[in-house]
Amino acid sequence: MRTSIWTLALAGALALASSFSPALAARTDINIAMQLEPTSLDPTTGGAAAAIRSMSYDNIFEGLTRIDRDGAVQPLLAKSWDISEDGLTYTFHLQDGVVFHDGNPLTASDVKYSLDTARGEDSVNAQKQLFAKIDSVDVVDDQTVKVTLSAPQGDFLYNMGWGDAVIVSERNAATNGTEPVGTGPYKLSEWVKGDHVTLVANPSYWGAAPEIETAVIKFISDPTAAVASVLSGDIDYYGGFPAPEVLEQIKADPRFQVIVGATNGETVLAMNNGKAPLDDIKVREAVAHALDRSAIIDGAQFGYGTPIGSFFPPTDPAYVDLTDISNYDPELSKKLLAEAGVSDLTLSLKLPPASYARAAGPIIQQELAEIGIKVDITNVEWADWLQNVFTNKDYDLTIISHVEPNDYGVFARDDYYFDYHSEAYKKVVEEIGNTTDPQKQLALKQEAQKILANDFAAGFLFEFPYITIAAEGLEGVWENQPVPAMPIDEMSWSN
Amino acid sequence: MSSYIANRLVSLIVSLLVASIVIFLIIEVVPGDPAQFMLGMNAQPDTLAALRSQLGLDQPLLMRYFSWVAGMLHGDFGISYTYRSPVSELIVQRIGVSAPLALLSLALTIIIAFPAGIIAASRRNSAADVTVMGVTQFGVAIPNFWFAIILVWIFAVTLHWFSAGGFPGWDKGFWLGIKGLLLPAIALALPQASILARVMRSSLLDTLDEDYIRTARAKGLTRGQALRGHALRNALIPVLTIVGLQFSFLLAGAIIIENVFYLPGLGRLIFQGITQRDLVTVKSVVMLLVFAVIFVNFLVEIAYVIVDPRLRKRT
Amino acid sequence: MSIIGPPVSEIDDFNPWREALRSPSFVAGAFLTSLIIIAAVVSLIWTPYDFAAQDIPNKLQGMNAAHWFGTDMYGRDVFTQILVGARTSIGVALVAVGLGIGVGVPLGLFAAAQRGSLMDEIVMRGNDLIFAFPALLIAILITSVFGPSAINAMIAIGVFNIPVFARLARAAALSLWTREFVLSARVAGKGKARISVEHILPNITNLLIVQGTIQFSLGILAEAALAYVGLGAQPPVPSWGKMLADSQTLVSLAPHLAIIPGLAIVVTVLGLNLMGDGLRDLLDPRLRRSRS
Repeated sequence: MRTSIWTLALAGALALASSFSPALAARTDINIAMQLEPTSLDPTTGGAAAAIRSMSYDNIFEGLTRIDRDGAVQPLLAKSWDISEDGLTYTFHLQDGVVFHDGNPLTASDVKYSLDTARGEDSVNAQKQLFAKIDSVDVVDDQTVKVTLSAPQGDFLYNMGWGDAVIVSERNAATNGTEPVGTGPYKLSEWVKGDHVTLVANPSYWGAAPEIETAVIKFISDPTAAVASVLSGDIDYYGGFPAPEVLEQIKADPRFQVIVGATNGETVLAMNNGKAPLDDIKVREAVAHALDRSAIIDGAQFGYGTPIGSFFPPTDPAYVDLTDISNYDPELSKKLLAEAGVSDLTLSLKLPPASYARAAGPIIQQELAEIGIKVDITNVEWADWLQNVFTNKDYDLTIISHVEPNDYGVFARDDYYFDYHSEAYKKVVEEIGNTTDPQKQLALKQEAQKILANDFAAGFLFEFPYITIAAEGLEGVWENQPVPAMPIDEMSWSN
Repeated sequence: MSSYIANRLVSLIVSLLVASIVIFLIIEVVPGDPAQFMLGMNAQPDTLAALRSQLGLDQPLLMRYFSWVAGMLHGDFGISYTYRSPVSELIVQRIGVSAPLALLSLALTIIIAFPAGIIAASRRNSAADVTVMGVTQFGVAIPNFWFAIILVWIFAVTLHWFSAGGFPGWDKGFWLGIKGLLLPAIALALPQASILARVMRSSLLDTLDEDYIRTARAKGLTRGQALRGHALRNALIPVLTIVGLQFSFLLAGAIIIENVFYLPGLGRLIFQGITQRDLVTVKSVVMLLVFAVIFVNFLVEIAYVIVDPRLRKRT
Repeated sequence: MSIIGPPVSEIDDFNPWREALRSPSFVAGAFLTSLIIIAAVVSLIWTPYDFAAQDIPNKLQGMNAAHWFGTDMYGRDVFTQILVGARTSIGVALVAVGLGIGVGVPLGLFAAAQRGSLMDEIVMRGNDLIFAFPALLIAILITSVFGPSAINAMIAIGVFNIPVFARLARAAALSLWTREFVLSARVAGKGKARISVEHILPNITNLLIVQGTIQFSLGILAEAALAYVGLGAQPPVPSWGKMLADSQTLVSLAPHLAIIPGLAIVVTVLGLNLMGDGLRDLLDPRLRRSRS
């Protein structure tokens, strides 16, 4: 009896204490900054911008599966699935009690609608190739949907976890870009275009309620403004921080934690393999040996970045370090240029507006000047870069980070802007796709890396780091970016 | 009179027509395909074609020009490629930031420039005059974006008195909104106030030389009394002309300051529109700004003539 | 534009150089301006370092004996960059003003000679039209259409100088066309074009010089603004506006990087404005009378 009185008294005291000191309660709001403003909030029709996915993926919209922070496939709207023996039929069992933000329940027909629209003729889905092998989608019952493939596809479940494969409802398809209606833990509260988006917790969310209830996501693209906004204490979380030069200063500041993670971004000095004189392997080799990776990483990235010698991320199990093939050796470069019979060479270097490219450009210009190649730098905007460099191949050199996961296949594409054509490489890539044996696949992937390195298909520079600035006390942020994402429901304040 | 107005009206319409053609053509030759910008590096050719036709980019040039102009005549400025929402809606949102910013910096400009100009003129060649003239020389010479960066580092990064940028929105409270606009308004106001103070001073000095002021002073008024009682009002005419010019400049010319403070204003809407190839937005907003200036000029000319018919012949 | 004095030919007892030294603002302005011009000229012959030479291990140094203004994020010598940047700024602004004078003045003189004609109307309305465009926005548009470069920056800034000079020339010329010495030239049978060149132009030169100085300083500021948003001279050619843009995230690590180019701009513009003010006082006798 006595103990229960004490317990009551204690409980009362605690209740009093907590009601008098609300400061003890953990914060439930967060101020987030993103570099680019999404142009739409619908990842299935809005275009390729990673910002759309970072904002909406796992927050507003959800897919059948999801990619977790380690890059592994997890169930999401599909609580489980059965795969037929031949690997052609996937039967997804949907999560119970899922409702869209407008109160309508999620059904198998929504899944059918989403997948059919994404692969349909009029699809404007930026990653339409993800759905290319789907032959048919059938509704079995309200909670079950059957997807039949035209050929087995090892990464099908992974593909269904991309932001582009989220499930939308036909009722809202036309307006999802500006008034998104998804099934996720957050729903849109307001979007002041050009300034910020406010997300609030979805009270009828089917899963666990998130700890962060209100998230204000501001768009701060300019590195200077990014630095100023972080240092002035306006921002609690900035993923993909664009100014590595101030990291030392921010690290020394007790208000912040600096997290340096990995992306799938191979940053390359792309060379136009199809255009003289870069069609000559000797010239490409000369360029490759003129690049001092440590100086580039130090100068442009203030040391943040891992050198690469081919087109594979160092975090990949199949990665081999091939940086020695194109080690820094300007004397060799000069010799190679002489052998190739090239002198008075002038090359164009077109730089997209990413800060890493703009910062690395002058360094590479100088390094190539030392071996006698004059480089004309032109700063271009993204639209210009996409049309003239990427589509029309009107360039000699450019600097770009290729961020898609498992994108080594681009070197096997004949129409790709590298204009690189290697039958040997195409064969290896094809074999990787047809092989199910992990050991054999590993060996083939290493083979692929070696072909690219020995062909000097590009100047391989460094793996792009993912720099996150988080306020002290913020927990649960993703360290790496296996896919562009910023799941707010995984974040919380420690006090 | 009416024939004069008709003449001006024709000239107004021709100007607007020429402006619309110039803007349309500049936008046409901007390199880069908006559809490809939106779909990115992995886009398939058929996806691109689908989006292009959705955006109306596959229509012939003349068709697109006429449908753009016809749309604007009905108040329809098109649908932004980037945001997929009506451009007119975006403009209304952005004016909610740009107009208050312009007004606030104009108010600061006047608050600084009027007293400075009056003091300088009334105590000519005094230490105060020399100080005002010296400080305003610096004010004109300092690039406003540089001044803005310095303001951010002092007041936001070091002292934490203000946010480094962004705009909280008027719904969060009037004073929070003003606070969010204060640093950019100061950065914009510095050169404008310097110019205006100098105009104020020289306009006052010119007026003080006029005969009626001499008469007033001969009647025993001190220089200061003459200035306040008589000269000030007359000196205001050129000053107000400059103020009017400054307002229209501030509305569209704050582009770099809006970028430094990442404010969602009209200038940044155009700037982002250019980089994101949101060409519908760019051409419609530029056309609107040009229209505003041309139309105000037209009204001013008509007003002048109504006041003073002798001005009908341009000099 | 009412600040039109009598033609210079009517003033005999005026020695501009003696007068010049009496105007403190002209002396100060000329001093600052020549400082920058000397920097630009010196950079053509000699610079302490190669302006593009990088030395990444020695980046972000403060001011020291080897690098007077320190080094930037690539370890390049900032003093050298400032010298060469002077060349970029002056070059762009000079060509832009030249374009304004070269196109604007003939247009203005022509319009004045054909006063009231349809051509006059077209020229002047065209000017109004250019004025109606938001200048910086259009400059940004032009450079993004034709690609960012120093030359396109010159054109973009120059276009907006054309109406300034056209209006000025027309207004000044109109008041001269009613003068006796012009009327007597007409009686003597000279054509309008010849009168414009032989009699009008020499008498508006002072005005053009004063306005040119002011436009020049505005050109420096405009070039800095364009370079600041990345639309001016392309790397490795240094430009003060670009130096500011590159260094602004480093304000707390290396404040001199953000301060020195800013000061260079201020000194140049200040010098030009002071010189312009001084010149106006010196060359415009009406003002000289009323102000002294």
